[in-house]
Amino acid sequence: MALKTTEVEAKGGPSRHRSLGLSDEQALRIYEVMRLARAVDERMWLINRQGRAPFVISCQGQEGAQVGTAAALRPGYDWVAPYYRDAGVVLWFGMTARDQMLSFFARREDPNSGGRQMPGHFGSRRLHIVTGGSPVATQLLHAAGVALASKQRHEDAVTNVYFGEGSASQGDTHEAMNFAGIHKLAVVFICENNGYAISVPQSRQMAIANLADRAAGYGFPGVVVDGNDVLACYEVARQAVERARRGEGPTLIEAKTYRFTAHSSDDDDKRYRQAEEVAIWRQKDPIQRYARYLRDAGTLTDEREAEITERVTVQVDEATEYAEQAPDPTPDDLTTFVYKQELPS
Amino acid sequence: MPDRTLVQAVRDALYEEMERDDRVCVLGQDVGLKGGVFKATEGLQQRFGAQRVLDMPLAESSIAAVAQGLALEGFLPVAEMQFADYSYPAFNQIVNEIAKMRYRSNGDFSCPLVIRAPTGGGVRGALYHSQSPEAFYCHVPGLKVVLPSTPADAKGLLKAAIRDPDPVIFLEPKKLYRAERQDVADGEAAVRPLGSATVVRVGVDLTAVTYGYMRAVTAQAAARLSQDGIEVEIIDLRTLRPWDVETCVRSIEKTGRAAVVYEANRTGGFGAEITAELAERCFASLDAPVSRIASPDVPAMPFSASLEHAFMLNPDKVADGLRRVARY
Repeated sequence: MALKTTEVEAKGGPSRHRSLGLSDEQALRIYEVMRLARAVDERMWLINRQGRAPFVISCQGQEGAQVGTAAALRPGYDWVAPYYRDAGVVLWFGMTARDQMLSFFARREDPNSGGRQMPGHFGSRRLHIVTGGSPVATQLLHAAGVALASKQRHEDAVTNVYFGEGSASQGDTHEAMNFAGIHKLAVVFICENNGYAISVPQSRQMAIANLADRAAGYGFPGVVVDGNDVLACYEVARQAVERARRGEGPTLIEAKTYRFTAHSSDDDDKRYRQAEEVAIWRQKDPIQRYARYLRDAGTLTDEREAEITERVTVQVDEATEYAEQAPDPTPDDLTTFVYKQELPS
Repeated sequence: MPDRTLVQAVRDALYEEMERDDRVCVLGQDVGLKGGVFKATEGLQQRFGAQRVLDMPLAESSIAAVAQGLALEGFLPVAEMQFADYSYPAFNQIVNEIAKMRYRSNGDFSCPLVIRAPTGGGVRGALYHSQSPEAFYCHVPGLKVVLPSTPADAKGLLKAAIRDPDPVIFLEPKKLYRAERQDVADGEAAVRPLGSATVVRVGVDLTAVTYGYMRAVTAQAAARLSQDGIEVEIIDLRTLRPWDVETCVRSIEKTGRAAVVYEANRTGGFGAEITAELAERCFASLDAPVSRIASPDVPAMPFSASLEHAFMLNPDKVADGLRRVARY
């Protein structure tokens, strides 16, 4: 039980990011992407509640786990296989607020799917973001396959694959970890454990406290990390990515975090969790917590904060305006891309 | 190559395509050292190495989905399901992921892979080594489905499937793996396009549309009807999705009667789709309802020899069915 699990504690004081090899600008870039992910998400809820768009699914509360781990990769060279909350991951990998909003409004120009998939179903070949569907945990095996491709080509690309603790119950999760362990594939399995699969709490999902314990059964290390501490997430992810790049195999990172919103715009979380619990976790907001650190470190000044706020607000405003007015797919778009060349009907 | 069985033709197709294109790789249970439980991958690992001919854990979802990951990163994988009956643990990956990758990404991603699986019964394989699940996969836009019945077709269509830019379910009738030998062309001359049926017996009285092992059974039935002066035209579809409707329509315009002969159980089988399409397209030409000749609606084929015999279509049963259509 938990023999191979290490608890990664926040440490290092005001120069923590520098001791991790992050420049002040890199540290601020991480902060700005977290802010952007949050701001896009908040705008989507606003628009949804005004009845201008049918569905939102949120990243809120999990931005630290997302951006912190993605920041350990080389965008455009490494791969990510995100799940539906991973706005922070894909924004770090080069997607834009406009891309997200085009997807949110299901417009023709949506680069993820041309308006075919619900929001949160990311994918971009150019950006090395594996296209995902709605059934959970399937992407863990795709990530193993992508990593096998890298290995067979003798490339040192690493694939980060993301999932929730609910997905950990799926057979594909076991299969992927088993296979990646056998072949020492360059996959980093990142569980954003937010405590609930819609309404079902972790205690009804697994009999253990730490999912990371399972890594031992697959022959690779498991690490528990505070998912609301973005620098801790970066630190464990960087170690895992370096290990993978050296050909030493996968790591399972369990980032303990929390979602601030209901599962989706169609869910009412008051039915299964207490407002007090949400309030406690909001005190641990990864963005506010990181902002406090950056201010203490002297990296984030009032002036920089204002600049970042301005840029984020402008991006969200422009993205919203652009996407809301962008054209819908046409009926002709319904039947394209079933096959490379359409079959005779 | 002279005198090749269907399973040898499959192996030859894999060998040639792996020689031709180093992106082609093979993965599945027992495909490596053992060369597959039916020897469809015999010698491939010795020739191409353990990376390109990869023994997988006993987990079909992994086999399908790792192939998908390889495909989206530029490989051309050929995954083997040891039996088509065992493809169901991979059903979610095949139907929700592999088949939808191109569509859901609006053409950004594609999934050029082949999933091979031995299909059908008559080999004492019982409930779980005998099923004919083609209808499940034919129902799925985004997939192509091939089911050859001769060594030359198996080789030519598998080579085409490997070169196809979309995912192909390639079902091999295990009853025919060693049933006949044929001279089979090598290299480019062997390739046969997907989606093309072949008229394997010319007749004027009745069209029998069939595929897989039922091609041979239908041919024997047709020989009996011929003795009674009824000439059956037999069409082997070879590819089920997309299937060659036009060849069937042309035949029925000549014969005015049609039956579909398929080994799966009757209800919801792919023969039902063929029947419906031909009834719609050929209504004005038909002198009789298009008829299904298929297996009974029991869960699957039992192990007992007498029960297996009772389940399987044979020349007697098919001849009876064809006569009913001819005399309607």
